[in-house]
Amino acid sequence: MNHKGDAMNRAMGISSQAAMAAVLMSGAAMAQTIKIDGSSTVYPVTEAVAEEFQKAKKGTMKVTVGISGTGGGMKKFCRGEIDIANASRPILKSEIADCQKTGINYYELPIAFDALTVVINPKNTFIKSLSVAELKRMWEPSAQGKVATWDQVNPAFPKQPMKLFGAGADSGTFDYFTEAIVGKAKSSRGDYTASEDDNVLVQGVQRDAGAIGYFGYAYYAENKNKLKAVPIVAKEGGVGVEPSEKSVLDGSYQPLSRPIFIYVHAQGYKRPEVREFVDYYLKNGAKLAKEVKYVPLPTQAYIVNAQHLQKGRVGSVFGGVAEVGITIEELMKREAR
Amino acid sequence: MEAMTRTEIRAIVAQHKWRDALFVALGILALAIGILTFVALFVDMAIDGFGRLSVDFFTNFPSRRAGQAGILSAWVGSVAVMIVTAAFAVPMGVAAGIYLEEYAPKNWITDIIEINVTNLAGVPSIIYGLLAFGLFVYGFGLGQSILTAGLTLGLLILPIVILTTREAIRAIPGMIREAAYALGATRWQTVQHHIIPYSMPGILTGIIIGLSRAIGETAPIITIGALTFIAFLPPSPVSMAAPFLSFEWLMSSFTVMPIQMFNWTSRPDPAFQANAAAAGLVLVIMTLSMNALAIVLRYRLRKKLAW
Repeated sequence: MNHKGDAMNRAMGISSQAAMAAVLMSGAAMAQTIKIDGSSTVYPVTEAVAEEFQKAKKGTMKVTVGISGTGGGMKKFCRGEIDIANASRPILKSEIADCQKTGINYYELPIAFDALTVVINPKNTFIKSLSVAELKRMWEPSAQGKVATWDQVNPAFPKQPMKLFGAGADSGTFDYFTEAIVGKAKSSRGDYTASEDDNVLVQGVQRDAGAIGYFGYAYYAENKNKLKAVPIVAKEGGVGVEPSEKSVLDGSYQPLSRPIFIYVHAQGYKRPEVREFVDYYLKNGAKLAKEVKYVPLPTQAYIVNAQHLQKGRVGSVFGGVAEVGITIEELMKREAR
Repeated sequence: MEAMTRTEIRAIVAQHKWRDALFVALGILALAIGILTFVALFVDMAIDGFGRLSVDFFTNFPSRRAGQAGILSAWVGSVAVMIVTAAFAVPMGVAAGIYLEEYAPKNWITDIIEINVTNLAGVPSIIYGLLAFGLFVYGFGLGQSILTAGLTLGLLILPIVILTTREAIRAIPGMIREAAYALGATRWQTVQHHIIPYSMPGILTGIIIGLSRAIGETAPIITIGALTFIAFLPPSPVSMAAPFLSFEWLMSSFTVMPIQMFNWTSRPDPAFQANAAAAGLVLVIMTLSMNALAIVLRYRLRKKLAW
């Protein structure tokens, strides 16, 4: 039975060797991998680009795309662990400070627009549109435990129980929705079904006639037969606007249309593989964004992005302030500066 | 003493028989719930996913298009992670089990260690994920690599391997050891020539059951931050040029079967649900075949024992 003992010795030898080799090689193995992490909203676009890019490069370059939320991605980005961060909102003041501490400069590249969509159950017939004020009445922190039926939102609505579904607190979608509706980022009632997994929200709204929820447009677009999008009235007395590519492009879907970004590590951009990937992103991003149900920016925007990279213009045009209701036009003006 | 009438005795017997039958029914019901749940889950998954099973499904990388998406990087990742897990947990777990059973003095320190090992087996897997996140990912700087995942799952199944090793060793009659010592064997000789071979069936079963638990684990892997789109394979461990062997794959990013499933279930496009079901089907079949292997190995090796 000696051979069995030997086999075990050999296994142990290999594993300790392996650990040593791994430590020695860790630097080399990373060289050609482009690491991306962050928002689950931006993920579908970046994933599509990564898929096509790797196919085009015939496997010589590797791209990993993670999902850890805009906030989680930014943390990793400012620690220098990843090359590109996906973000569904502009970088925040605290994150700018984090990046400064580690000496990380970044290019801010808007790559598409998303329409945050408020959805209800198709059986719900009394809601024709909702105003921002009405949405605020149901989502603001003081509504917690108090606003529970629809007639409390608008006396014209029936006294029917209301069930709320929304984004989890780690997501950029949550930050943006609360900023746009309640007026302060991360300020929301807590007694609703929160999930980072948008399918949970889709199913929740689908099951309950009195339900309402919000998430990115792509999830609504794929589930149009199960859900109804609510037209949003931006200002009291205005008309309700439904989310669509057109209403985002002409700036009428307000205040829930938002730009989504990638942040590129400036020092990392000097590496040929990162540079090639980002260039590929800007060249093909519009087409792929459209394919995964996002609203692409005008061609000019991608050209402006490319110019920023060329000129080495780093930093954010938002100054760390969360802003809502930016139209594509405004974004272009700012980026062109 | 008053004798019971025949009818009274009959009544008592009938009552006991009835109770007996009741327990049988209860037992069968309990068993049926367990089995039917599994069958229902399996059949449901098979119906949803079977249509997606094809050679392409195994040889394609994940894709944003449900029809083209496959599990190549996921199953290769799972196999690679399992190799690391086994390379870590098997020598450690078996050595620890043998030490505790054959060498350790019986005192309070050993008792404390034993209690802790038993408790470790019941620690929720996400706790191991948190430990690994702090220790392997940042402490040792191993990143979100195959090595990190393998070590994490290795830690997770270590108590299982230790416990089954000990149980297997305890089943060996004491006279075997006494006979060996009587012939002047040292403790290591006894362990090497008798204890390890005789307990091998039990140890192997424990290892495989541990691995089949590890292969389906999702929480600790997600905790170390491996929820990632991966459309490439780790570097090959063998190469044509010197030095022929490479351990670069250990540091590679990876994805595994349960993570790929998790990713697909959270997709907006319902077509991905079928992919998730198909991947689940493959995962269940992998687990079942590992368990089957454990049974076969145990049976084969037991037959060889002659004492």
